[in-house]
Amino acid sequence: MDSNIALTMRGICMTFPGVKALDNVDFTLKKGEIRALMGENGAGKSTLIKCLTGVNKFEAGEIHVDGIEGPIINKDTMDAQKKGISTVYQEVNLCPNLSVAENLYIGREPLTKIGTVNRRKMNQMAAQLMKDLDLDIDVTQNLEEYSLALQQMIAIARAVDMESKVLILDEPTSSLDDNEVEKLFGMMRRLRDQGVGIIFVTHFLEQVYAVCDGITVLRNGTLVGEYSVEELPRVKLVAAMMGKDFDDLASIKPEGINDFSKVPLEIEAKGLSHPGTIKPFDLDIHKGEVVGLTGLLGSGRSELARVIYGADKAHTGTLKVDGKEVKIKAPIDAMNLGMGLLPDDRKAEGIIGDMSVRENIVLAMQAKQGMFKKIPMAKQIEIADKFIDMLQIKTASRETLIKQLSGGNQQKVILARWLATEPDFLILDEPTRGIDIGTKTEIQKLVIKLAEEGKSVIFISSEIEEMLRTCNRMAVLRDGMKVGEIGMEEMTQEGVMHAIAGGDHHE
Amino acid sequence: MKKIKISSNNILLLITVALFVAMYGAGCIVYGSKGFTHLQTFLNVLINNAGLICVAAGTTCVMLTGGIDISVGSLVAMDCMILAVGIEQKGMSSITLMILILAIGLVFGLVQGYLIAYLQIQPFIATMAGMFFARGMTAVICTEQVSIVSDAFFVGLSNAKINIPFGIGAYTNKKGILQIPYVRPTVIVALLVVVLIYLMLKYTKFGRSIYAVGGNQMSATLMGLNVAKTKMLTYVLASFLCSIGGICYCLNTMCGTTTQAGGYEMDAISSAVIGGTLLTGGVGNVIGTLFGVLINGTISALVKSNGKLNSSWPNIITAVLLCFFIVLQAIFAKIKEAKKA
Repeated sequence: MDSNIALTMRGICMTFPGVKALDNVDFTLKKGEIRALMGENGAGKSTLIKCLTGVNKFEAGEIHVDGIEGPIINKDTMDAQKKGISTVYQEVNLCPNLSVAENLYIGREPLTKIGTVNRRKMNQMAAQLMKDLDLDIDVTQNLEEYSLALQQMIAIARAVDMESKVLILDEPTSSLDDNEVEKLFGMMRRLRDQGVGIIFVTHFLEQVYAVCDGITVLRNGTLVGEYSVEELPRVKLVAAMMGKDFDDLASIKPEGINDFSKVPLEIEAKGLSHPGTIKPFDLDIHKGEVVGLTGLLGSGRSELARVIYGADKAHTGTLKVDGKEVKIKAPIDAMNLGMGLLPDDRKAEGIIGDMSVRENIVLAMQAKQGMFKKIPMAKQIEIADKFIDMLQIKTASRETLIKQLSGGNQQKVILARWLATEPDFLILDEPTRGIDIGTKTEIQKLVIKLAEEGKSVIFISSEIEEMLRTCNRMAVLRDGMKVGEIGMEEMTQEGVMHAIAGGDHHE
Repeated sequence: MKKIKISSNNILLLITVALFVAMYGAGCIVYGSKGFTHLQTFLNVLINNAGLICVAAGTTCVMLTGGIDISVGSLVAMDCMILAVGIEQKGMSSITLMILILAIGLVFGLVQGYLIAYLQIQPFIATMAGMFFARGMTAVICTEQVSIVSDAFFVGLSNAKINIPFGIGAYTNKKGILQIPYVRPTVIVALLVVVLIYLMLKYTKFGRSIYAVGGNQMSATLMGLNVAKTKMLTYVLASFLCSIGGICYCLNTMCGTTTQAGGYEMDAISSAVIGGTLLTGGVGNVIGTLFGVLINGTISALVKSNGKLNSSWPNIITAVLLCFFIVLQAIFAKIKEAKKA
């Protein structure tokens, strides 16, 4: 093996029941290189990583690591660590109830002569390690005292201190803010300069170009190619991931109606509020209109939607749906009025992991029908298949448990759940968060298609670009208050930024 | 100089200790005339609860992993019955029987631990099976009440007094006889168990693994700890400590009946909870549990000193305390969450 190479994987094959997850995939990582592993949801990124770390057993292929003779097969993550392959996962996988020092050294604690844990030495070593990495952390404090970003960096410190040759970062940035991401990148660069090979899995394209040297692209379990950053600009990367020429994303919005003033109203909210979360607001939504809610995180975007839907009970104000005044006491009332809400926290509020894709899809529909009128199985199957096909949900079968699906596909299932109730009014709260760009485009297109069918949509997203592509109008929120609206003509990236940031001309 | 950190975890312990002191202090003031101020009253609390301290120490370890063990009460009853029947009806030596009981504890824990750790059966269900088995076996061995009177060593051990040295707490009673406060050997065993388990939890790899497993099992696995082995050994430890507790309990009651130590597992769990151990695992320690047991014991002593209250009052007070502590835990959890957001 070339002495410059940290890791090679050759011809890796792996099958899940009914799905060929990896088909003859190669992967090469040089020493002192940060390589992005890119691909859409279900492309096989996680599977490949898990084969490398011993979580998944692959059927064919070889893995070679620098410094070890012959191909290696890891029994488990511990085994992989011993061979110099460390992993940091998206969720911080440390123990919040233990001290930082313990989290760094548990499983390999320094011992005293009589075989007990030498806490003093452990704390000293930990403090030194934190100092080396330029982190200001009291290592005797419990981990839970620190922010998620610091926890993430402690997790990396643990991984790096294992004298790893290969460091795998699996979506480490998804819960970090920009500042924290920059700190993390600083750490990655420092490690790279020390000769560590880093595999970086992320959904954020800009991060790839900010920190990576090379890009490996997977699609449907096969290798598309291994590139250097220079030879694969953004558009080409997206094309490689999606396997088709890049849709001109800006042009997905139909030229159709732009003037909704003559279209009847679907939703007419007057002075709705919920104490502590959202101050009284008015909002009109026409039939077939997509209204975006924009504002900083925590500005009350989700909260506004929740009040309309009845998830938070409105304290003041009136709500008219389809011209009739209604009282929504609980979400079931909203559902019966033809509303649907796709919550932003899909893990906590959305999926029911131990139910199948089919069951998850028909869930809301069943709730709407009432407990005692079971939807016939044939109908359930028909509906499930229809949406699996329509949304291109990647699943082994309709009876697969939803927890076995990738994040983006879970999101699609929840979307299908609400579409199955045939709502007239749909609230989508961050429907594209954490999913890949190809699926994002599909969901955006779907929103526009729904609008064309005359359905009204509230679309909430942190990505302004995405909102610009899908919305007909945008409402701006700031500090729990609706501060203005932006019409089609003002809808530019700059205009929206202005409105979010403040300044008076939109109020 | 190391400063003591006050985190929400040791606040719970501090509250427990403070509560114990307050409760005992109140007892001294109100029932001072009935001898509550005598050191012996406190020592009696220890003597009466030596068995429970051992059992609860094991339960604490199990709860730290996020599990539960409800078999301990029945196991204590079975231990007592084996001792009683073995000595009185089979004529076996008490030393042989004690070794046998400790061995039974190990095997018992091994089976329960294997079911829970490797076959991933819910701890509640697995130890419930253990609970029914041990209680059933107790009756199979003998349905009568058997008192232990004929083994000289065992009786001697039961009656042995270890006087508190240097005249601490000694006083002269109304008849003019000098009363020297004493403990039973079981108290020494129980305190030794607490100290050893405390050191084990704090300073050994196994002990820290218990916390890690209870903190986040997935993380513990990914950090390369052997979660299944840790869990199994914890249940083995719990049942072993339970056997030690069973012997202590028997030395106190000196008999075997089918119904004794009923609800003992719940006493152990409530002591651990009052002592600051979280049912979700990962937080707590055995010192807290010791104070939990002492609080429960003090409540009984207080009610006894009162003399007029129905003997069920300790249950009610324990219930109130339990509510108080779980509410506190919930509040601390909320504060933590709020701090993070």
